[in-house]
Amino acid sequence: MDLKLLDAVATREERAAVAGFAGGGRDQLLPALHAVNDRVGWISQGALNLICETLHVPPADAYGVASFYSLFALEERPERVVHVCTDLACRVNGADTVCDVLTEHVGAAGKARGGVTWQRSPCLGVCERAPAALTFQAGDPAATELLAPATGASAVLATRREPSASDGLAPVIHQRDGLRLLRRVGVVDPSSLDDYRAAGGYAALRNALRMGEAAVIREVTDAGLLGRGGAAFPTGRKWAATAAQPAGPHYLVCNADESEPGTFKDRVLLEGDPFALVESMTIAAFAIGARHGYVYLRGEYPRALRLLRNAIDVARERGFLGADVMGHEGFSFDIEIRRGAGAYICGEETAIFNSIEGFRGEPRTKPPFPVEQGLFGKPTVVNNVETLVNVPLILTEGAAAYRAIGTEASAGPKLFCLSGNVERPGVYEVPFGTTLRELLSLAGGVPEGREMRAILLGGAAGGFVRPDELDLPLTLEDARAAKTTLGSGVVLVLDDLADLGGFLLRIASFFRDESCGQCVPCRIGTVRQEEAIRRVLSAGSDERPLLREVGQVMRDSSICGLGQTAWNAIESAIDRLGALQ
Amino acid sequence: MTIVDIGIPRRLVEFTVDGSTVRVPEGSTILDACTAAGKEIPTLCYGDTLEPANACRVCMVEVEGSRTLVPSCSRKAEPGMVVHTDSPRTRTSRKVVLELLASATDLSTTPGVAEWMAEAGADPDRFGPDAATVAQPALVDNELYVRDYEKCILCYKCVDACGDQWQNSFAISVAGRGFDARISTEFSNPLPDSACVYCGNCVEVCPTGALSFKREYDKRADGTWDDSRQTATTTVCTFCGVGCNLTLHVQDNEIVKVTSPHESSVTHGNLCIKGRFGWQHVEKKA
Repeated sequence: MDLKLLDAVATREERAAVAGFAGGGRDQLLPALHAVNDRVGWISQGALNLICETLHVPPADAYGVASFYSLFALEERPERVVHVCTDLACRVNGADTVCDVLTEHVGAAGKARGGVTWQRSPCLGVCERAPAALTFQAGDPAATELLAPATGASAVLATRREPSASDGLAPVIHQRDGLRLLRRVGVVDPSSLDDYRAAGGYAALRNALRMGEAAVIREVTDAGLLGRGGAAFPTGRKWAATAAQPAGPHYLVCNADESEPGTFKDRVLLEGDPFALVESMTIAAFAIGARHGYVYLRGEYPRALRLLRNAIDVARERGFLGADVMGHEGFSFDIEIRRGAGAYICGEETAIFNSIEGFRGEPRTKPPFPVEQGLFGKPTVVNNVETLVNVPLILTEGAAAYRAIGTEASAGPKLFCLSGNVERPGVYEVPFGTTLRELLSLAGGVPEGREMRAILLGGAAGGFVRPDELDLPLTLEDARAAKTTLGSGVVLVLDDLADLGGFLLRIASFFRDESCGQCVPCRIGTVRQEEAIRRVLSAGSDERPLLREVGQVMRDSSICGLGQTAWNAIESAIDRLGALQ
Repeated sequence: MTIVDIGIPRRLVEFTVDGSTVRVPEGSTILDACTAAGKEIPTLCYGDTLEPANACRVCMVEVEGSRTLVPSCSRKAEPGMVVHTDSPRTRTSRKVVLELLASATDLSTTPGVAEWMAEAGADPDRFGPDAATVAQPALVDNELYVRDYEKCILCYKCVDACGDQWQNSFAISVAGRGFDARISTEFSNPLPDSACVYCGNCVEVCPTGALSFKREYDKRADGTWDDSRQTATTTVCTFCGVGCNLTLHVQDNEIVKVTSPHESSVTHGNLCIKGRFGWQHVEKKA
């Protein structure tokens, strides 16, 4: 390709940041943009030019990619940026107050002042300790600090000092009995492979290697494992379809881009039991015949990044990754972490491919499906973190025992993310079929003296249920029958003091912000939806007919799940809660 | 319609469109089949010389068994498929998609759209006077063509034509995201500083007039552009030996723009800077 490059020249710092990418291809674009943004705090024309020259990417293309992600800045900005989460759970728990205090003491959001700026952020995935704030400090090395829960005072302080070495608190599990998926979280040292093995780690991979690929797929299929990312597709079928593809290589992608507001279960697994994901991915790779796997990890999870990186490095050193895994001749597998840069849409299974390949994180048209043409156009399995972490259970307990948990159509244990106005927010593991009431009582219900108003199930793309529907068994089939969804496992409780209208407006703003912009129903429909809700709240007009029609067309005609679900929660609030009248 | 190569004998696929059985060569899209059957499905982002971007969602049809509507421009016909192009769902979708587009974008120079909107009963004003738009000043930074992004519907055709599908210049890309997504050079730098080689192939494929030749833009601005007074004559470019076809659009004995027939096996509608813009010498009066 004959590139016409910019005249702008990179600084010494920028050159140092890009130095390691010589010889790389387009798929190194996202890491290279991160390298500059991490070191300098923003990406100048000179830096972009150097990246383009190094990776042979046209500047307009690279600019299109860089400007897609919210964590990258293309105009000069301070080295320190404090992101204050104003999304659903944080909003319910006082994020607005944190923002007000910051505005008063530091200045308006987005304004640079003495080497620092702060801005509002979509969900940071620490809803159990809401409200949250995350500081990014550019430098070599870059630093981050998570404040959760944040207060106005602590957020102001965060703008005034370097981030401390802490990258967040260890996940807390309130349950202890009957845990499978979470049994090691908070119990073993997440940085120690020996601890992991002493707690049963790598027994499943040993079994898998002994059983052979076909038997592993059969076991996962027989166990009835359904994807836990929200779409609930049968995992065994996905694996079998990919394994059977003659084209190669095959790829495995772990979707760890947990960006659904109110969802933080994958973060808890990644931080509390990172070796379990490494082992699970190795089993999946063995089954589908992949030699290379990617973990697409959201950019807002620094602690998960550190622990997972350590787990991969240690596993490789000890022969659990790399050539001849666990001494099994001919089975080689390695994992690369690909850090996202602030785009909810990149959790969509085909947008992930574009993002990894160095293109804009726009979803692709299906068909073709990933099992036929996925990453780099090759057969690919995309599995969510929680889905994968179920696999070792199946291979140690056996499909029949696994299947005995939950219900016929929804097998196994399930993680739910409890947040909002609930006594003990956190991740809870229950068998499918547990009722919403039982789950809420595990979490202590609403705080004393308050009444429950509504529960958002499944996240911003999910739907509301009323307090008189608490006997709903939490299964995929019961949720479907009740015209709602478990989605990614969000259970966000709103009490009688919650500002439902403001909450719905935030959901609409979220989708407007996170639409990739590729298709008309989503790009413009999400804007019209937000405008209509704003009109209801300010002028009291009845916008329900208009919302319904736009919502229906977003659902019918958008390219991907983002646009197709952007109206779900608002529709259910109208229909089930009588909102926006 | 897409030209389906039937060099090698192909199997025929039989499926149903609006109750009629149609048979098309394997690999044809639903849109191909409908066009061949004389059924008109409106499209905006569909490019007869480009791979489907299926971004505009104007051509959505209903396929029985599918949870959502499907874009007819890119979905391949499958044996036994039952397709409805004019159901309540497709009509609502077409109406609302056109309303959304028209409420955000200036479609005044988009051929066909006014008729489709009238037919669909589309009323973009119902989103209110404060509906956000992409209104912005036109970019006039060179003498050859103008970028008027107030008229841009983000169909991706210019990006595809400039990029790996035809010209390989990669001067423009989609930047930003969501409602802020826009066609842009790197850092929005002026076109003359970009990789643009002024082939004008982006203008050729633009469906809305967001990209237009400077002369057309100026004439529209001063009110002297008049389609009814124009003739189009296809001839062969004289600059080199390739033999590209040029269509000269002439108004009042003056060349007002140059296009190229998309069905030409030489150009498929593409030209270089000379063929597209180098016609002043023809008008040179002695």
